[in-house]
Amino acid sequence: MSTMVYAPRGATRALETAGAWLLGLLWVLPLLYAFWTAFHPAEFSTRFVLSAPLTLENLERAWAAAPFARYFLNTVILVTMVLAAQLVLVTLAAYAFARFDFPGRNVLFALVLVQLMIMPDVLIVENYRTMTVLGLKDTILAIGLPYMASAFGIFLLRQTFKTVPRELDDAARVEGCTPLQVLWKVYVPLARPTYLAYALVSVSYHWNNFLWPLIITNSVKSRPVTVGLQVFSATDQGLDWSIITAATLLTTAPLLIAFLLFQRQFVQSFMRAGIK
Amino acid sequence: MTRTAQWLYAWLLLLPAMALLVLFTHYPAVATFWQSFMSTPKGSRASVFVGADNYEQLVTDEVFWQSLSNNFWYALGTIPTSIVIAILMAIWVNERIAGRGLLRLAYFTPTILPMIAVANIWLFFYTPEYGLLEQVLGAFGAGSHNWLGSKSTALGALMVVTVWKEAGFFMIFYLAALQSMSPHLAEAAAIEGASRWYFFRRVTFPLLMPTTLFVLVNAVINAFRLVDHIFVMTRGGPDNATALLLYYIYDVGFRFWDTAYAAALTVALLTILGLLALAQFLFLERRVHYQ
Repeated sequence: MSTMVYAPRGATRALETAGAWLLGLLWVLPLLYAFWTAFHPAEFSTRFVLSAPLTLENLERAWAAAPFARYFLNTVILVTMVLAAQLVLVTLAAYAFARFDFPGRNVLFALVLVQLMIMPDVLIVENYRTMTVLGLKDTILAIGLPYMASAFGIFLLRQTFKTVPRELDDAARVEGCTPLQVLWKVYVPLARPTYLAYALVSVSYHWNNFLWPLIITNSVKSRPVTVGLQVFSATDQGLDWSIITAATLLTTAPLLIAFLLFQRQFVQSFMRAGIK
Repeated sequence: MTRTAQWLYAWLLLLPAMALLVLFTHYPAVATFWQSFMSTPKGSRASVFVGADNYEQLVTDEVFWQSLSNNFWYALGTIPTSIVIAILMAIWVNERIAGRGLLRLAYFTPTILPMIAVANIWLFFYTPEYGLLEQVLGAFGAGSHNWLGSKSTALGALMVVTVWKEAGFFMIFYLAALQSMSPHLAEAAAIEGASRWYFFRRVTFPLLMPTTLFVLVNAVINAFRLVDHIFVMTRGGPDNATALLLYYIYDVGFRFWDTAYAAALTVALLTILGLLALAQFLFLERRVHYQ
């Protein structure tokens, strides 16, 4: 590691450190505020005194006020299903684009890339119509279907597969492997970091997705937590803020805890997914 | 394998992904276009071809133009700010600043949380009289203000949430780019006597250009795609001051159930995204690569 010649020194350094921390504080302030409100009685929700008693009552009341357990289950089923389907579809398609010569390859690849710009998120009107025709309205499958063939995933994995040395591929074929066996024994293991990166990005995307699930679901049996939270906080106007904030923290807790535990992997995965 | 066998193999590998892509991306994009020339079926009256009726309605629809201009200001207000803050964050986290691990965590955390959830928190933050913002401003003697309830501040209040949510995400890409930069550049520049600001302006920033393009494209798409916070914070109000295009499409399509008009609005949105893709492809792509 060479010396960083432009690293700030002396007063500049102190000033910049202060600036960085001020910005950091500003960035976590809304979250700290939410924690304060959720873990203190309602009368202390905006009174910041150290003597305020801690309580779990808000969390308990929020948990009891809506079927959050079911919402969580739905979300877990959703993200698992979407990820599993994505991994299979994306792997097969990326392999074809990376290592096969066939007529129409460029046109088909361009057609895949269209989805990077025109995502299912903006095609809500027509996709709703399609789901009605298929009789899938208000199911978890309907939430996930439009996202299963992911252009982003195909692109990302194709880039990775292209870096695999041809010699490995040839060697496996000489051993008598079929193309699918080569994919499974050579390409997939070598692309493991890309898979991890893609999986984390995909899970957090679908855990957080809101608009399409809001439109296509209509009952407790299929709603993911994001929609459940919205339904809960929009209809129960009588509830006080402490409860809504508690519910908000409740729904984000699994992702937040996972993030805090695997911070490094998360950050590196987002990086890897971004720079391909 | 013979050549034809290989072709067949490749096509079969692509088939499942392509089928789903066609069904849920290409078909709906084309169908939207077609539906925008039809009428919305009402009761026993089936949908019929109405030519450009929906587009005539669109041209004279004030809410559409307002949502378009809202979206424009929203993009303009959030994207450059997010990018500047993201670069600043990345530079700070890349330096040996005390506690940079914690800082990186603080900057990045909003990114992984659902927009719908953080919108709830910010809603409370902005609440008149009780909210934290009011309390802080009140302590400085400022009067009470309904940030989300007044036309002049509502969109700005939403922009703050967006910048807060996205800056840390963009920081990651800048951080990756900074870390891949050779330290010899800085050493050489220092020997030549370049100031730190000069070095940033003439070397670092140009080298970050591909990253900036990537971030820019993502940010613009997000400005049109991500409207979750509007559902919680303003519902497009007051008086459509915070209606972004996609939110308006939702309103027309799923609250008023005017699907034909919603299709025409979607065509407008698809046109914008298409032009964007074209612009990116035509000139940005070739002007940013220095290698």
